[in-house]
Amino acid sequence: MRPRSGLLATSRRTELKRAFFDSAGAGGALFPLGLAFGLLVSQAGLDWWWATIFTAIVYAGSLEFILVGLVVVAAPLSTIALTALVVNVRHVFYALSFPIHRVRSRPARFYSAYALTDEAYAITTGRPGENWTGTRIVGIQLLCQAYWVLGATIGALAGDRLGLHLPGLEFTLTALFVVLAIEAYRARRDMPTAIIALLSGLIALLLSPEHMLPIAMTLLTVGLLARFALRQRRRRGNAADATEHGGTR
Amino acid sequence: MIDPGYLAATVLVAGGITFALRAVPLLAVVPLRRSAAVRFLADELPAGIMIVLVLYCLRDLSLTELSPTLPTLIALNVTIALQVWKRNALLSIFAGTAVNVTLLSTAFPV
Repeated sequence: MRPRSGLLATSRRTELKRAFFDSAGAGGALFPLGLAFGLLVSQAGLDWWWATIFTAIVYAGSLEFILVGLVVVAAPLSTIALTALVVNVRHVFYALSFPIHRVRSRPARFYSAYALTDEAYAITTGRPGENWTGTRIVGIQLLCQAYWVLGATIGALAGDRLGLHLPGLEFTLTALFVVLAIEAYRARRDMPTAIIALLSGLIALLLSPEHMLPIAMTLLTVGLLARFALRQRRRRGNAADATEHGGTR
Repeated sequence: MIDPGYLAATVLVAGGITFALRAVPLLAVVPLRRSAAVRFLADELPAGIMIVLVLYCLRDLSLTELSPTLPTLIALNVTIALQVWKRNALLSIFAGTAVNVTLLSTAFPV
């Protein structure tokens, strides 16, 4: 048994080394973004260690930025729950392609589901031909979270000790979403969805700036489902046309 | 000072919901994969959600006040232009933020 376990240990080490290189790019973004988040936490008047708790437990970057804005105005927990639901509902769809079946043990699987962030999803599904092992996937996720928690903690401590105050720092979040929107659009170049989303957002803003997010997300989902139904009907119509023409010929 | 109990509740509620959203579909992944409507939403929703979230971030901007509306709009254009031109996410995010912070702390104090 001894040589076998030795072999296992080496392969585990290579897999962790791979995980380190896989997550390096994301780490280059997560760490500085974490710094900005930590600084924002200290500016909001929270103790620095809340940055550590937020990033370690909630671990969903964009939601955490939004949460800081919400707790500062003492938003009710129902608003916080609804916002978490609406902002992170996209993760439901990550389950469709994330290779979690490669993660074997139950605790590792639990962690892997918990840490299924945009970054973990993008790294593991961006290269479908790659042979992903459970160790490598969980390693990537652990490293990504470490960069994020570390960045946030250092940022909050620095903001706290140096008494930094940068007005307009919360623009980091706006810019993050702008970048993600541009890249998501680039992936599909689908104008109708962009227009439906823009209209959903603007209508929701006119109706109620305070409850903008749930209203806009409902409009967006309904709009996309309507588009899907229309497309299905058109397809069925085309198929019917084709069989009809086939019959007369 | 913000009440620590409230902050802890916030962390638990937001963390719990995020975890549920990530974990529950992994258990029901097979039936989900078969639905054409779900696949369509999976393809189309991410870009749509990001656009909605951009508007959400801009919800407090007033069209009648110069600051912080003008600096934010300038920063927004910097981020969009850089991302379209260079495709470097970190550069776009931090350049836009730097412009916003600089304008708000010098030319356009709120």
